[in-house]
Amino acid sequence: MSVQNLNTFDPFADEGDPLGDNENVGSQADYIHIRIQQRNGRKTLTTLQGLPKQYDSKKLLKAFKKEFACNGTLVDDEKLGKVIQLQGDQRLKISTFLTDEGIDRATIKVHGF
Amino acid sequence: MSEPLFDPSLKKKKKKAVAFTEDPLGADADPTTPAPDSIEDLTADGKRVDLGPSTAHEQMMSKDKEEDEFKSMFGDVKKKKKKKDIPMDLDAADSGTSTPTTAAPAGGEDLDFSDLKKKKKGSKKKAAFDLEAFEKELHESKGEDDDEVDTSHLDNLDEGELGDDPFATADGGSGDAPGSGEQAWLSSDRDYTHQELLTRFYSLLHAANPSLLSTSSGKRYTIAPPSIHREGNKRSVFANVTEICKKMHRQPEHVIQFLFSEMGTTGSVDGAGRLVIKGRFQQKQVENVLRRYIVEYVTCKTCKSPDTLLTKENRIFFMSCESCGSRRSVNAIKSGFQAQVGKRSKNKTG
Repeated sequence: MSVQNLNTFDPFADEGDPLGDNENVGSQADYIHIRIQQRNGRKTLTTLQGLPKQYDSKKLLKAFKKEFACNGTLVDDEKLGKVIQLQGDQRLKISTFLTDEGIDRATIKVHGF
Repeated sequence: MSEPLFDPSLKKKKKKAVAFTEDPLGADADPTTPAPDSIEDLTADGKRVDLGPSTAHEQMMSKDKEEDEFKSMFGDVKKKKKKKDIPMDLDAADSGTSTPTTAAPAGGEDLDFSDLKKKKKGSKKKAAFDLEAFEKELHESKGEDDDEVDTSHLDNLDEGELGDDPFATADGGSGDAPGSGEQAWLSSDRDYTHQELLTRFYSLLHAANPSLLSTSSGKRYTIAPPSIHREGNKRSVFANVTEICKKMHRQPEHVIQFLFSEMGTTGSVDGAGRLVIKGRFQQKQVENVLRRYIVEYVTCKTCKSPDTLLTKENRIFFMSCESCGSRRSVNAIKSGFQAQVGKRSKNKTG
């Protein structure tokens, strides 16, 4: 007679580590950050950081510039990757633009005052 | 409700606002009424208590609240405040229609007044809008009342012949017949229902001490507005930063770090404990950032209480709630990309 309770059996053996396969668990790397920076006078600068890889930031920048009627540039930061810089406060416009294009609103973080 | 709110009156009489205690009704109501769980919830949230009796409306209300909170997570905080007031009023009116209480309409007015005091500007517009929206909601709620009150209606019929028609009261507006609802069972020799007793209890309670009605404003989490002055042309001074940090039970360094990373500037603390921020900022802007700080690092995500402590363990910040005991880790403050502003010649690396 065997007592089933005494068997050494791991019920989750074939399950594996649930968090093993995706390395960025709990990291906030997947957020799109939209920030604002003050320049001299009442001029400001808007930066968009953390755009997912599948989007072409160059084309996006072109679309931004046309849509918001502002100038902008693509900055290559060694740590943060490609960052889109736009002139003026375009934070709300950017976030509505991105959500209209089908990016989840929860992944966009708008910073600043 | 524990939404962060900057009360302008707090600046002058700070002590009075701080001295408000826990909602006494929530504690009182516990032993006397058998098991109104939902009512307790309301009081804990600082909502008005006399909405109690009709459960369906509570459900509606909690749904509203959730939506609002969801909005507040992403949307503007200002917008939230405006929107939040309207559904609350509507619900108050609703409860008045389905279960006639003397207290309900009075409570609604009370709420409005406290609100008007804070925002004098939009008061007229809001009042008009309220009325309109209230009527609309009344029509909508009639349909809901049909299915919800039905059961209690049948109960009443079973227990005794009672002319308590829910539809009639719904048409009659807010609580014009509080007497008939109570006297009906007082005069007849049928058994009273739980609903009636509850209504009676609350109406008596509020009649005896009307101060309980305005507890919701006392429960609010208020912080003195940040006082921002311009120093010179390009710097702003945040004078009462230490005070505000003390009120929030947070280290000034943490708050300052958050402010700087959010606003994308730098600055320093001067000898008098004031924060000197580089760049021109208005009080409203700093207020917005502080609001976001409070949502992220002060209010408990579980119970919405601002009574929390922030501790650091192994380079990770943990926020533990004093009122509900929950503990969670919070995001470290990270400053993002800083664009080159100003002359390049001043920057050594550029």
